[in-house]
Amino acid sequence: MGNPFKSKAFVVLVPYIWLFVFFLAPFLIVLKISLSMTAIAMPPYVPAFDLSAGIGGILSDLKELSLENYAFLFSDSLYIKSYLSSLQIALVSTALLLLIGYPVAYGMARAPKAWRPTLVMLVILPFWTSFLIRVYAWIGILSREGLLNTFLTWAGLIDTPLTILSTNIAVYIGIVYSYLPFMVLPLYAALEKMDESLLEAASDLGCPPLKTFWVVTFPLSLPGVIAGCFLVFIPAVGEFVIPDLLGGSETLMIGKTLWAEFFSNRDWPLASSVAVILLLILVIPIVFFQNAQQRSQERNG
Amino acid sequence: MRKGPSLFNIVSVTLGFAFLYLPIVLLVIYSFNAGRNVAIWSGWSTKWYVAMVQNQQLLDAAWVTLRVGLLSATIATVLGTMAALALVRHGRFMGRTLFSGMVYAPLVMPEVITGLSLLLLFVAVGFDRGFWTVTIAHITFSLCFVAVVVQSRLVTFDRAMEEAAMDLGCPPFKTFFVVTLPIILPAIIAGWMLAFTLSLDDLVIASFTTGPGATTLPMRIYSAVRLGVTPEINAVSTVLIGIVTIGVISASLVTKRQEAERQKAERLAAAAP
Repeated sequence: MGNPFKSKAFVVLVPYIWLFVFFLAPFLIVLKISLSMTAIAMPPYVPAFDLSAGIGGILSDLKELSLENYAFLFSDSLYIKSYLSSLQIALVSTALLLLIGYPVAYGMARAPKAWRPTLVMLVILPFWTSFLIRVYAWIGILSREGLLNTFLTWAGLIDTPLTILSTNIAVYIGIVYSYLPFMVLPLYAALEKMDESLLEAASDLGCPPLKTFWVVTFPLSLPGVIAGCFLVFIPAVGEFVIPDLLGGSETLMIGKTLWAEFFSNRDWPLASSVAVILLLILVIPIVFFQNAQQRSQERNG
Repeated sequence: MRKGPSLFNIVSVTLGFAFLYLPIVLLVIYSFNAGRNVAIWSGWSTKWYVAMVQNQQLLDAAWVTLRVGLLSATIATVLGTMAALALVRHGRFMGRTLFSGMVYAPLVMPEVITGLSLLLLFVAVGFDRGFWTVTIAHITFSLCFVAVVVQSRLVTFDRAMEEAAMDLGCPPFKTFFVVTLPIILPAIIAGWMLAFTLSLDDLVIASFTTGPGATTLPMRIYSAVRLGVTPEINAVSTVLIGIVTIGVISASLVTKRQEAERQKAERLAAAAP
């Protein structure tokens, strides 16, 4: 390894090639298969390109590429409803997470300095325990004979058990619960860095506390707000486990629809086109997220 | 201005943490329930733990998960550290924007898309699905998390130390192992642990990319949950939560002690004439 240029190229190339082969190239295959026809075989599609047939074969294949799957997606209201309802559930959950996460992060950032590392650790700890298990825990709490209904009946607050499991409310609870650390941590990082003398200056100049919050604190925490919102919104749109386990038959989310097309209907080309459209919807927020990440990294560097 | 946390801050932090921890605590308590119903308490019992260790399917799945986790976390840590070095140290190189895009995108990419696209790749190249395909899939998404963790340590790294070593005649390759690596080691260990838990945790990507004989623990738990809630799943969950909690707390204690020792050494070095 005497030549530094060689080792430098090595360090860049190995992860580059890995990500290219196993992250980027698969998307091209998804795109290709979304344009091919469904077949009852294994694998269950007719390939859109057959490289063994040479250039002539590819040219004739190009003519046979079909947009049929996409046409189907837009003709069947199930898919459009799934996309819209996923976006709606993700948006509402993001707003709820911001409302719940902000006071928690704010309280943490104003806690005595000695406690802060422990508090951060306590927010991260649930993230390390299995996502599936944390979603599962809510089934026992929210079901009709579950702990919440047992408790509320015992406390005399309700007579008949509430139906929460298998509704969208349970999906919101599940998403807010599972994604809370992702919202709290960036908010905390932004709030903790804030110079408290700015607040003192505002209050010395006679600014009431609530106004100080809106004029000073909130604008300064905006990078954390943006990072937190992207971190929860993008994965929430494609969420599968939470709507599948906590939601009901009327809960339409695109992750669930894609899973059903793939595993139950075994329609790989249609599942692929569902994925392509989902990716197109998410590409703008993902690019925003990347730029924000890169900027924050360059600022620190 | 009044110092110390206000009532509002104390209440919001307390409620936030109660919300985060109550479901987990209830889950653990009900794993010791004697009855089958998870909402009605009928006395203490460890019978679900006995049932768990006698469930061969579950143990097989746990073994697969453990092997996939150890292997994928280790390879992902090597590749992720390289990716972090490439991003922080190598300035502008050709295709850097694409590269950083490929590192950050998997952090937020919905799992159903990653899973489906990898599966279609494996089918397209005719790769038999099973243990190796799950491992490759897990390496791919967890290497990005490792890269972000290591990168955050590298950007605060004082390059003067490396320059000092090289000025004293240490070759670059040796400098990396003697100077750079020990300093970024805590981040690399944290990255490995993150990659390992992400692998243990994954249901969606593993479901797409797995094949016969490579059923992972989350897949077993998922199919059991779909059939109904039983205290046996609570018992399995409790064991997993216990392992992760012990691991995370001991790792953080070790890092804390190392950090304290390092600071002490730095103070001593600064005080020396």
